[in-house]
Amino acid sequence: MNAPDRKLKLTPAAKKSGRGVGARLPFVDGVEKVTGTARYTADLTANGALVGKILRSPYAHAELLEVDISEALKLPGVRAIVTGADCDVPYGVIPIAQNEFPLARGRIRYVGEPIAAVAAVDEVTANLALSRIRLRVRELPAYFNAVDARAADAVLLHENKPGNIERAVHNEFGDTAAGFAVADLVREENYDCAEVHHAMMEPNAALATYEPERGHLTLWSVTQVPYYVHLTLAQCLKMEAAHIRVIKPFVGGGFGHRVEPLNFEVIVALLARAARGTVRLLMTREEAFLTHRGRPETQIRIKLGLKRDGRMTACQAEVVQRGGAYGGYGLVTILYSGALLNGLYELPAVKYDGYRVYSNTPPCGAMRGHGTVNIRFAFESLLDTMAAELGLDSIEIRRRNLLRAPTETINGLKVMSYGLGDCLDWVERASGWKERKGKFGQTGSTGKGLGMACSHFVSGSAKPVHFTGQPHATIALRLDFDGGVTILTGAADIGQGSSTIITQIVTEVLGVDYRRLRLIANDSALTPKDNGSYSSRVTFMVGNAAADAAQNLKKLLVAAAARRLKVTEAEVEWHGEGAAVAADPDRHIPFEDIAEEALVGVGMLTVNGTFTCPVEFQGGKQRGGAVGSTMGFSYAAQAVEVSVDLDLGKITIDKVWCAIDCGFAINPMSVEGQVQGAIWMGMGQAMSEETVYENGRHKAANFMDYGVPTIIDSPEIEVHIVESMDPNGPFGAKEASEGPLSGFMSALAAAVEEATGHRFRMLPITPEKIFAVRQEQIAAAVANEVSK
Amino acid sequence: MKTILRLSVNGKPREDAVADNTLLIDYLRDALGLTGTKQGCDGGECGACTVLVDGQPRLACSTLARSVAGCAIETIEGLSHEGNLSRLQRAFHEHLGSQCGFCTPGMVMAAEALLRSNPQPDREQIRAALAGNLCRCTGYVKIVDSVEAACGREHAL
Repeated sequence: MNAPDRKLKLTPAAKKSGRGVGARLPFVDGVEKVTGTARYTADLTANGALVGKILRSPYAHAELLEVDISEALKLPGVRAIVTGADCDVPYGVIPIAQNEFPLARGRIRYVGEPIAAVAAVDEVTANLALSRIRLRVRELPAYFNAVDARAADAVLLHENKPGNIERAVHNEFGDTAAGFAVADLVREENYDCAEVHHAMMEPNAALATYEPERGHLTLWSVTQVPYYVHLTLAQCLKMEAAHIRVIKPFVGGGFGHRVEPLNFEVIVALLARAARGTVRLLMTREEAFLTHRGRPETQIRIKLGLKRDGRMTACQAEVVQRGGAYGGYGLVTILYSGALLNGLYELPAVKYDGYRVYSNTPPCGAMRGHGTVNIRFAFESLLDTMAAELGLDSIEIRRRNLLRAPTETINGLKVMSYGLGDCLDWVERASGWKERKGKFGQTGSTGKGLGMACSHFVSGSAKPVHFTGQPHATIALRLDFDGGVTILTGAADIGQGSSTIITQIVTEVLGVDYRRLRLIANDSALTPKDNGSYSSRVTFMVGNAAADAAQNLKKLLVAAAARRLKVTEAEVEWHGEGAAVAADPDRHIPFEDIAEEALVGVGMLTVNGTFTCPVEFQGGKQRGGAVGSTMGFSYAAQAVEVSVDLDLGKITIDKVWCAIDCGFAINPMSVEGQVQGAIWMGMGQAMSEETVYENGRHKAANFMDYGVPTIIDSPEIEVHIVESMDPNGPFGAKEASEGPLSGFMSALAAAVEEATGHRFRMLPITPEKIFAVRQEQIAAAVANEVSK
Repeated sequence: MKTILRLSVNGKPREDAVADNTLLIDYLRDALGLTGTKQGCDGGECGACTVLVDGQPRLACSTLARSVAGCAIETIEGLSHEGNLSRLQRAFHEHLGSQCGFCTPGMVMAAEALLRSNPQPDREQIRAALAGNLCRCTGYVKIVDSVEAACGREHAL
């Protein structure tokens, strides 16, 4: 079903009450989580499983001449060893950019790259075997930043990519030269953002069983994208997809780390097949940092033109991302940065040059706010400083550039609903902006400040990665003799609550007691394919499919009720847990009778619901134009209040206010949780988080050195929901969990500027950097005194 | 070397032959099947493995099993009684103090230790008691709300 074709209007009946949409419901799988009965991959029973271990490269860049496993194989208890020789098929999430092998073949490109793997009877034996594997290599020059990798004489990481540029993007929409010419103020600045990592709480783990008699493989993994993993296993193991089963147990977060098939998932399958049995691979926290796929180190040069009244005339940006050793999602990330310069404000001309650069560091990938976060930091920061130059208030200048939905941006993105104006109004009121902004000043050794920014994100990419001709989302509802309705979904709940959202939607449409519903997710032998939990697609796309499925089932049930009641369907009044004759309410039958009637002659019912984004929403005609396309953008505005200890350089976030236009809150409590989590993750990137490599070796591959904020560092975050009722979202809903992240950094930078007198254009803004600036300010003040 | 370890786990006395280098987390997870206690890091950083040893919060990943001989161990599995969630479990569930759930067992156990010694902590005291427990989903706001709710104080929504 395409949303614009929808015949049935979705109107929330139980808004803010009951257990349908709009209710503040606890998660449907929440009891398992609080009682410890939720089974994550590492918790699965694995009696008799072999222990898997991966040998990782100590070299950043080298030709791999030989992997000698002969001594390791002699160890008693070693059941299988696999190397690059065991898989000659490259993989990667983007079909046109597959250049990674699960185990290195011929070339090593980063420290930590898997080279060989062992399955042994116990951990001691597995570790001993790893230590007996001998490598023969010829080291190559290695590049740890984009500038070195792009040097004219640099060795190419991938032979077909001159300049070590994975993807260069050049496009211009509108006339930027003319736009800058008519501007009253033009400014250009540089911004730098450190690389950050997801640091989801659950370490990576996978369990694989190979049944040699049948040639069947089953994989349990921590993935956000079981379907892509399934395809990758078939490809890399040269197996029929029909002989593979992929199951996703409970997953402890992802944030993008797990939105592409990962090397260990193929490795554990290779081991299980080689050992003809079951292999469990539990990885360390350090290995998650080495597997990485996070947000790249980014250099941005950005230029903006404004009229005196604050209206934007043109924007030009150059973005360079250090992408790491392999393609992964890289080309999508660099396209996102350009595409989503648009869609937040009325921007008549944009020129974008993006460079995704290979380097000898762990591959980057998609991380919450994919591709949009660093460019948003730069844009909002520049807008803010230019507003000040024009004597305009930060909120007011944004009001003067609001879009009017429905509209289409210059690069072909459709904006169907737009609540940013209401978001700004609330943040202005709630934060006391008018009364307080610019009036804090410094008292003693404490500076205070208030800053704000806006941001947005897609509700799923409107064009899927694979062209299959299949719907973009499918849900099945099963009804059998017991009268229970089982929701079958491939949507991966990784803690964001998608199973709850789907259940609420089905409850709403069917009108049944929610306990009649059970949800089974992510077992490829049972549940329909789903593209996965990324780009905030699930609520919008799978939510629409769930509503469609419930409507389709309801039609069958109404027809069955009509037969049982011996009236026409039009005469049936549907009550959810039963039905009655509209004109004669005493003629009422319970759900069990209706279900019994519905199964007569056909047996168990399985009803599908689907959703597909129509082609007109799939972006502009330009190359890469599908990236950034979506049927609904979320919008957010936030204000951040800080106190800065000027002697120590330490920032305390006193409070954050965020208003989110998520279209319609299917579960307001969940929306709040997502927004708070997103803002907090933005805070980590803004203030402390940073991967650090020394000669390619990760120096911060643990929570502490990496800088994950603790509860002590974390502020109160007040969330306000704006409901713009998107015309295509399920009940009007859009995404809520990525957009709010990218506003935090520039809001913080603005607040810190008020507190310290200095605008930081690099992330993270650490105490060391503030301290250094303070020393310069003091030295300048002293020099000024002396010169007087 | 193995020795016989005598202790109680969630109120039940146990005697098990345990290797001297076995960590408490591995004893609980692998020997007893109590997989509610999670390993989130490579040792002592995240708090996901927090259990109670004689009522005090302890990192099971950094504790040798033999070192708690004779002690009363409590894990997340022991908190609910006769099918009823504990006040903290219910509060974390109903107030969304748990999203992906991976930090939740450790977080709840650390909070349990706090409430036993201080039944009415304020928000700052809650933060101090949970400072060793990382969460990557919630931003911690609803975790503090949940602990407050468990004390009978509904945080203004």
